[in-house]
Amino acid sequence: MPTLTLQRLTKTYGSLRALSEVSLTVAPGERVALLGHNGAGKSTLMKIILGLIPYDTGSLQVTGAAPGSAEARRNVAYLPENAAFHPALTGLEQMRHYLALRGESAALAMGLLDRVGLGPAARRRIGTYSKGMRQRVGLAQTLIGKPRLLVLDEPTSGLDPVSRRDFYELLDGLAADGASILLSSHALTEVEARTDRILILSGGVLVAEGALADLRRTAALPVAFHITPRAGAAASVAAALPEARVHTGNLTLTCAQEDKLRLLSRIMALGDQIADVDMVPPSLEDIYSHFSKRAGQ
Amino acid sequence: MNRILATSQTEFRIALRNRWVAISIAMMGLFSLVLSAAGSSATGTIGADRLSVVVASLTSLAVYLVPLVALLMSFDAIAGEVERGTLPLLLTYPVSRPQILIGKLLAHLAILTLAVAVGYGIAALAALALDRGAVAGLPALWRLMWSSVVLGATFLGVGYAASAVARRPSGAAGLAIGLWLGVIVLYDLGLLAAIVADKGGVFAAKVFPLALLANPADAFRLYNLAASQATSAAAGVAGAASTIPVWASLSSILAWPVLALVLATASFRKVTP
Repeated sequence: MPTLTLQRLTKTYGSLRALSEVSLTVAPGERVALLGHNGAGKSTLMKIILGLIPYDTGSLQVTGAAPGSAEARRNVAYLPENAAFHPALTGLEQMRHYLALRGESAALAMGLLDRVGLGPAARRRIGTYSKGMRQRVGLAQTLIGKPRLLVLDEPTSGLDPVSRRDFYELLDGLAADGASILLSSHALTEVEARTDRILILSGGVLVAEGALADLRRTAALPVAFHITPRAGAAASVAAALPEARVHTGNLTLTCAQEDKLRLLSRIMALGDQIADVDMVPPSLEDIYSHFSKRAGQ
Repeated sequence: MNRILATSQTEFRIALRNRWVAISIAMMGLFSLVLSAAGSSATGTIGADRLSVVVASLTSLAVYLVPLVALLMSFDAIAGEVERGTLPLLLTYPVSRPQILIGKLLAHLAILTLAVAVGYGIAALAALALDRGAVAGLPALWRLMWSSVVLGATFLGVGYAASAVARRPSGAAGLAIGLWLGVIVLYDLGLLAAIVADKGGVFAAKVFPLALLANPADAFRLYNLAASQATSAAAGVAGAASTIPVWASLSSILAWPVLALVLATASFRKVTP
């Protein structure tokens, strides 16, 4: 049974369509990244899944129950964007409180804080924490109990690269234990290659879905070549490659994936007129904006 | 139940750190001290013991101070969570909104009870030290204490409702002060004006007693003054309403906290994080 099932879910705010017929399922142990610009509907979708805000039409099941029901809330953990806590409490007190609310022993608090590397700061007030430390408190509270679904809203924002890697390792462990993970981000580079499936949301519409390799293939974005001619040969190189754009003496040209070898051999045929060639495949950002823009963003 | 207790424990800790516990106790203690010092000169001629007189003075003090302290503690309860951004996460936990409110209420009531006990305790000790016969006033003091806590519960609930309606701490603070001014100060002035303007006496006979009972602060004053039979030591609105039976004012002060909590829950349910 899937942990999360959405069918043609629609949500409007007045005349604004925040989500339009979004359908998706997340299986146990699956790590799904939800990408989109600010305002694409990521947070709205997450808050609907959590039962914090109602939806208009469609259907939604969270761990087999209605969103926001006691059953769903027991099984779902949430990390809000910019996790915030009462500044007067220490990290340890805050964790004890959350443990009690989930009916777990308060004695587990220290262990959870240690898991996210906050052990040494556990007895300091959260008011003195940095953004990254608050984010880790937020992460630690999602580890309470054995959640079947983790909903993480931009979990890596405010984390340094090392902590980000630790974070993904933590997620791998949770997914291996069978927890489903739905995390959001506004960049493909942020989710790295650590998720099983990527969803791109644009203007409330799910515009792309699949593993990173699938998205790369579907996007079929052109490959770019940057050519540096040898001194004095700029004019003849430009004449041999009339489709290239010239910029400060260097040439740039693009071609489709299947044409890149043919173009490369044309460039090589110019021999020692060429000083250097760089081939630039489409970046993760390019792929992402390809899908985001297609929906008219 | 554990979730409610965990919530109140955390809330109490926060109030302790934010100095609300110290501020409430200091406020009640200071005012009680001033009151017993000021009241100590003019007794003996009334025929009541010193403590009963102190209780009558404390009643008029509590009518103003207890709702004020309660509103000051409660206006931030929900609006503060909204502003800090802590509410969405809290509401994804397996804890219901009424449980959250009751948890906060228990913590704030504990603080209020402490403040009331310290404040009235100081005044009572001062009275007992000066007058052996003051022991006769102890039941009145006890009644004043628990009814003050019940009055506080009403205004804590009203404060939570204001906090949920306003959604922002600044707006909630304004609303709380407005409520205090309206319910505690202007309400009585309005009633007095109506009595003065009332020619046929219909208002004074029919509407006035009900209007007093409808206001939790007036019901509190009525109950304490009527029950302690120290009305002679009190002046103002309450003296004119000695005809209202004790059960009526008692019902009013007991019904109000329940009503306020229902109101707070209803307003809290409308808050979308």
